[in-house]
Amino acid sequence: MVLVIVIIVVAVLLVAGGAALVITRRREHPRVAGEPLAPPPPRIPADLDVPVPTVEELEALLEAPAPVVEEAPPPPLPEVIEKPRLRDRLGRTRSAFAGAFGRVRGRKIDDETWDELEEALLLADVGISTTTRLLDAVRTRAQEASISEPDDLVGLIRDEVTVLLDGDTTDRTLHASPGEPNVWLFVGVNGVGKTTTIGKLASQRVADGHRVVLAAGDTFRAAAADQLQLWAERTGGEIVRGQEGADPGSVVFDAMAAANSRGADLVLVDTAGRLHTKSNLMEELKKLRRIVDRTPGACKEVLLVIDATTGQNGLVQAKQFAEAVDVTGIVLTKLDGTAKGGIVLAIQSELGIPVKVVGVGEGVGDLITFDPKEVAAALFEGDS
Amino acid sequence: MFDALSDRLDGIFSRLRNRGRMTERDVDEVSRELRVALLEADVNVRVARDFISRVKERAVGEELSKSLTPGQQFIKIVHEQLVETLGGTTGKLAMSPKPPTVVLLAGLQGSGKTTAAGKLARLLKSQGLHPLLVGADLQRPAAVEQLRVLAGRVDVPFYSESTDPVNVARGAIAEAQRLGRNIVIVDTAGRLQIDTDLMDELRAIDAAVEPHNTLLVVDAMTGQEAVNVAEAFNEAVGLDGVILTKIDGDARGGAALSVKEVVGKPILFAGTGEKLDEFEAFHPDRMASRILGMGDVLTLIEKVESTFEEEEKRRAEELLESGRLTLEDFLEQMQQVKRMGPLQNVLGMLPGMPKEIRNAEIDDKEIGRVEAIIRSMTPAERRKPELINGSRRTRIAKGSGTTTTEVNNLLKQFKQVQQMMKTMPGVARKVKGKKGKKAKSGKGPRTPLGGGIPAGFPGLPEL
Repeated sequence: MVLVIVIIVVAVLLVAGGAALVITRRREHPRVAGEPLAPPPPRIPADLDVPVPTVEELEALLEAPAPVVEEAPPPPLPEVIEKPRLRDRLGRTRSAFAGAFGRVRGRKIDDETWDELEEALLLADVGISTTTRLLDAVRTRAQEASISEPDDLVGLIRDEVTVLLDGDTTDRTLHASPGEPNVWLFVGVNGVGKTTTIGKLASQRVADGHRVVLAAGDTFRAAAADQLQLWAERTGGEIVRGQEGADPGSVVFDAMAAANSRGADLVLVDTAGRLHTKSNLMEELKKLRRIVDRTPGACKEVLLVIDATTGQNGLVQAKQFAEAVDVTGIVLTKLDGTAKGGIVLAIQSELGIPVKVVGVGEGVGDLITFDPKEVAAALFEGDS
Repeated sequence: MFDALSDRLDGIFSRLRNRGRMTERDVDEVSRELRVALLEADVNVRVARDFISRVKERAVGEELSKSLTPGQQFIKIVHEQLVETLGGTTGKLAMSPKPPTVVLLAGLQGSGKTTAAGKLARLLKSQGLHPLLVGADLQRPAAVEQLRVLAGRVDVPFYSESTDPVNVARGAIAEAQRLGRNIVIVDTAGRLQIDTDLMDELRAIDAAVEPHNTLLVVDAMTGQEAVNVAEAFNEAVGLDGVILTKIDGDARGGAALSVKEVVGKPILFAGTGEKLDEFEAFHPDRMASRILGMGDVLTLIEKVESTFEEEEKRRAEELLESGRLTLEDFLEQMQQVKRMGPLQNVLGMLPGMPKEIRNAEIDDKEIGRVEAIIRSMTPAERRKPELINGSRRTRIAKGSGTTTTEVNNLLKQFKQVQQMMKTMPGVARKVKGKKGKKAKSGKGPRTPLGGGIPAGFPGLPEL
């Protein structure tokens, strides 16, 4: 078996070229730690095409998803249907942070303070590199302002988080132009909540008086189309579905045609969950995108759905999906648990993809616009 | 994406001029890097802390081996500790003396319970058991339907009713007895561990059917939250084991360690793909390598197994043993390798690759060019590249739509690879002789890659 692997390596080396040869000369000695290798520098990956939300349709923009749903859908809703505030839902998160800060309070700022802050951010899945960057910035500013109270640090961190999330300038609206079929494509790995998000969005939009067509582009998972169908029945949207195992491209194509002929103004395309490492499935996704783009009233949003419990892999996911289909925004789901979804900080700061909406519960109203200031405040205001 | 831990540790150790034994200071210094590596792999902050202190205890005073760099040796210790913590044995389900045995699956939304239920049924059936699949997820629209379809695909009877989950579970036991099924797999709705109503419901199901195996289904991509989830579910229903799903992605899967630490019960199975047969016993050693970012040789081997035909494998090995590689052989091998997916991914699975190679951006189109060049040669030229003179070179370049420089480069590189191959036969034979035996760290066969794969690299399991 070793041999087969070697064959592969040889193949790789031959193709990868020069870098390979360095090792062959080195084979007599195990590599001495730290000894510099001197191969030609690896080609730097082409810069990611960071999607920038278009502003040209500004006039035509519709409102951000209206959280108010006029009529309660058939299943009983646990919550009163009114706009849930993110901060209410983040209550548990907040207290978790308050706990971390609580320990450092009333003392001098020392190493332990920073350790506690670091741990709190790490526990929120912010990730070690973003956390370090964040805290370095805070440390500098704290020195400049000669801050000595841990409480004041909290304000600084909050500012930095808002800066990181580009709080003031980022466009977080879901784009749609009136009078033509708009398309929002939902992508993501398996089990993040794509279908549920579409269900919630559909009911909000239908309640706002839009004509919505749901495209059941997940033809892979058993009964995925059934799941979407139930949402369609609940919300009064229309659904276009194909056979299980059918080409999702044809489903999307039919949905676009159906939207045109029925005068619908919004098509929500569900896609099968796929791991970003499966190149064939990512190719399929690109194809879906092309089909959508071909139809007039081109693709307005490509939303990557990310589960708040996702760890550092979330950044890799975002990178890969953005490369494949130009993601325009993130939907952060399941934020009603104790998971904090801190990975979106890294995603926004490194890839410039903003979080647009967040899911905070199982009810249809529990999908709300993302407000970075609110998040930053909710995360870092200890309830003293 | 991430630097392999080995590269970083080697860097640190090279600064420490210390030989003999690992001192506490050495270990402290490298522990910081280990922490970063664990955190990047999504191991919980607190779990990482405990784990590191255990590693420290073990590493301090360890005599430095002559054949390993201190960095490698430290990683070896970490790796062993990881394997140990993740659970040495790959567990089995507890069987009830009085059938049916009940397996209850629980977890967060979207962790993959329904799919895992279908896959588990298939696996158990192939082991000669008679499973019954039970759809007790009455929460998510069409979840029951999804499981019904899966049950049909794996040809296992299915049971559900539209009352409430407790009744479904209870009814399922009676149904299993009626049908003579000896193992019942109950799929439940996804729930947040802080949702008191749903957690109460889970407790009620647990009390009603007294499962012999209550398994927590955890997504390998889960971050810090894994600990809270495991803690809460364990407290509520007492877990007996864990199923780790979606490990076919590129998440490092530190959640596995976090969950294992909290639950203290084995990770029994792992979901390795979308297809129903992509589900297997959990391998702690593979997971350990993965968490440390050391590549995953075993996965690679499996991939090779599934893409290369027996005959092709034999040929490749012969080729290597003879030590003679022609461009023709190379072209053929290339076709096989291509079937394994993007070269970059394949490369990523190899442990111990120097950073320069691992990070080299490999364009698969490049393979096409190489192929075109070789294909533009006559068979004689492919077998004997020395034949290629100036005018042949021009012809080949024209024929393949490349330049003579490119042809030159390929030939030059090929020559070097050939030389490398020539030094290999002895090694190859030795390796073959040892196949099946554990390559002892430090004394393992020097692979033909020499410095490429550090000798005795702890991530290289039995090959």
